[in-house]
Amino acid sequence: MFFRITQRDLLLAMRRRSDVLTTLFFFVIVVSLFPLGVGPEMSMLRTMAPGVVWVAALLASMLSLGRMFSSDHVDGTLEQMLLSPQSLSLLVLGKALAHWLVTGVPLVLMAPVLGIQYDLSADSLLVLTASLLLGTPVLSLIGAIGAALTLGLRGGGVLVSLLVLPLYIPILIFGAGAVEASAAGLGAAAHLSLLGAFLLAAVVLAPWTTAVSLRISME
Amino acid sequence: MPTLQGIDLTCIRGDRKLFSGIHFSLDAGGLMQVGGPNGSGKTSLLRMLCGLAIPAHGEIRWGGSEIRSLGGAYYADMTYLGHLSGVKDDLTALENLRISSALAGTEVDASKAHDALQLMGLGGRDLLPAKVLSQGQRRRVNLARLLVCNTVLWILDEPLTALDAAAVKLMQGVMERHLEKGGMIVMTTHQEIEIAAAATQRLQLA
Repeated sequence: MFFRITQRDLLLAMRRRSDVLTTLFFFVIVVSLFPLGVGPEMSMLRTMAPGVVWVAALLASMLSLGRMFSSDHVDGTLEQMLLSPQSLSLLVLGKALAHWLVTGVPLVLMAPVLGIQYDLSADSLLVLTASLLLGTPVLSLIGAIGAALTLGLRGGGVLVSLLVLPLYIPILIFGAGAVEASAAGLGAAAHLSLLGAFLLAAVVLAPWTTAVSLRISME
Repeated sequence: MPTLQGIDLTCIRGDRKLFSGIHFSLDAGGLMQVGGPNGSGKTSLLRMLCGLAIPAHGEIRWGGSEIRSLGGAYYADMTYLGHLSGVKDDLTALENLRISSALAGTEVDASKAHDALQLMGLGGRDLLPAKVLSQGQRRRVNLARLLVCNTVLWILDEPLTALDAAAVKLMQGVMERHLEKGGMIVMTTHQEIEIAAAATQRLQLA
């Protein structure tokens, strides 16, 4: 069932490719604007690269959060999900996985290419990609909680950013920190381990919290 | 076969009391038609019966246990079709039926789903995206779930809206067969429809 729901969301995303592409292009454009804005000074670009890429990834994954549950809410599918004999947490985990595959994975794949604009070394690019690979699923999982809480509210899009962006801060610090640490020769293992720990905690706790929030929102 | 019981149900919306002191008991083969004017709380009552809303007072029991304590076990016995169809515009009728059934706990293979849609008069249209279907056809896609599910209790909120006379007759037959097999139906409708049942009760909300 978990894979059925993921499969369904991927199918829906395939039928509406524009939604997927807007997120990716947003990411590409935001990351590319900085070198144009601050000028071609290599050492400055290198130091700001991890932060810029990570902030852009947060905002890009934020963009598509609103759609995570709202279309299912409007057409009544969400009601049926609440009435499913399957565990709602598992369904939510399936939806978060689909959200990550559609919005997170393209960012991870694109990041090394964009990193070249900032003259990052091969090692730094590798660490940047690894940190995004561990961090972006956490963004989808935490974002699901925010999306569930703001379901059906007017101006939910703005509210969800206010709710969720503060919760993203630890991921941002350790994600960008991993690249900085590796560039400084300290090794990124500690930062990446912490990101992995965040991911495990989010996989266990976030679907359950989201399920409870959905039940509250639907009452 | 378990019994559905409502005990002293009260529904409060805002500061208005929609209904109170509702008692009923529904056994195998029983049909309950919920009537009443617009805004009298029919949908609220049905949402309570499927656990989407909590009654302000009283409780609902399935086979003697409170439905919220049963959780998934109750949902495996129950099918709820509400006002919202749950039909996705971008998916075909066939995909819609298969996915919504899977979500409700019954995996349906493509040929069985195809047959159900055929029976609902959607033969040849099952591979079209739902967005090109008419209101009545979308309703038929939604109702096709009743043909493939194997739940005991059906809770149907205005199942016959937007259907033409032939489809109403078809649904009447489907519901009668379900009741004959010992199923139970709770439904609201504004249409006059005679459904043969072992025991029919009418619940009138003021």
